[in-house]
Amino acid sequence: MDHVTRGFRGRRDTERSDRIPPGQYETRDFPVLSAGPTPHTPLETWTFTISEGGEERARWTWDEFQALPSETITKDIHCVTKWSKLDTAWEGVSVDTLLDGIETDAAYVMAWSDGGYTTNLPLEDVTDGKAWVAHGYDDEPLDPEHGGPARLLVPHLYFWKSAKWVRGLRLLDEDEPGFWESLGYHLYGDPWREQRYWGD
Amino acid sequence: MAGAAVLGRLNWLLAELVELVPETPRVKSLVLAAPGWPGHRPGQHVDVRLTAEDGYQAQRSYSIATPPDGERVVLTVERLEDGEVSPFLVDELLVGDRIELRGPIGGYFVWDGADRAPLHLVAGGSGIVPLMAMLRHRAGLGSAGPAALVYSARTEGELIYREELDRLAADDGALRIAYTLTRERPPGWTGYDRRIDPGMLGEVLGGADPNATAFVCGPTRFVEVAADALVGLGYEPGRVRTERFGPSGR
Repeated sequence: MDHVTRGFRGRRDTERSDRIPPGQYETRDFPVLSAGPTPHTPLETWTFTISEGGEERARWTWDEFQALPSETITKDIHCVTKWSKLDTAWEGVSVDTLLDGIETDAAYVMAWSDGGYTTNLPLEDVTDGKAWVAHGYDDEPLDPEHGGPARLLVPHLYFWKSAKWVRGLRLLDEDEPGFWESLGYHLYGDPWREQRYWGD
Repeated sequence: MAGAAVLGRLNWLLAELVELVPETPRVKSLVLAAPGWPGHRPGQHVDVRLTAEDGYQAQRSYSIATPPDGERVVLTVERLEDGEVSPFLVDELLVGDRIELRGPIGGYFVWDGADRAPLHLVAGGSGIVPLMAMLRHRAGLGSAGPAALVYSARTEGELIYREELDRLAADDGALRIAYTLTRERPPGWTGYDRRIDPGMLGEVLGGADPNATAFVCGPTRFVEVAADALVGLGYEPGRVRTERFGPSGR
């Protein structure tokens, strides 16, 4: 058993949901975290690109992206800074839709964003209905501070994997660390196994 | 890009509270002795874990207020009225009590002062804490490039580290510190008395030095406004590093 803190009882005013992973607490706010200023890319110049080995495999303008079939997604999200938020409601395009028709032997992807942010994921974690490029939140267009115009949404992993301001996916044969993964955060980031930092 | 973070697993360490320093009515600094602490860089934070007798646990992250100092770690904690952990740390914890720590965490919002490039800091409320670690580190370096801080608080009484900041600025001609208060203007106040804006940041920081790195820490809205203003003043977005806390307001 871990060290008992003298006098600490904790807040027991709400029943802890079994949907909250270890070390997390539930919030009803929507906190914001990012390492730098919020980018403001005009929609006229926004594109979303799938690439592999330096070659473009698919590309959409904002209008083309908006014309893709969109889904409503309601999921719990878990930030490595300890908050979890239940039943968040998003609108977005499934990554399956974006990868449809693309033949690849890649096993990983690197998501990249305006502002230089990157994050790495196994391909199997963004396919089969597990990930989206979200452009709406709570029936509104996604706010810039929450990653708008579009962010990756990979709710089964810690939320730093859900790259804000996402502009593309690079298909990779080998796993590579992204931004936070190079700075001490876990390569995979499963909240249920509490994979916060290197070695967890 | 900052250098590599600590390699290997971050283990939970048992740290003892050796001193409690009241900073403002809602803020205290916790001076902790943490045997086994691997060291840290100015700007990093730490995870704190509290365990109740029945095994219930709560974890939160707190910024480290001090530069590397062996196995001594100082956290400055603001009591959030609806918080679960901060009221315990600020009001209940006593010297001699022990809490668990894991860290250091975060390898981007850090400043080592290795180059003598200008250091530009913008703090809102308790967002001063990781920036104070940088300023204290800078003071300890003896020789450092120019630095400037804009520190916004609601009231004069809520300015954390006020005396120490004034002393640092008085002792160091290359350090400029300006305060702004958003909820009051006390008699005789000579600082700013409005929310931060591009004009204020430009006046205090002296314009966008292309070699400067800016660190902004505070509540979400504050950081959004400050970071946007810095980019508008000509700072390269990649040289503006941010850390935010609190809800977005929606």
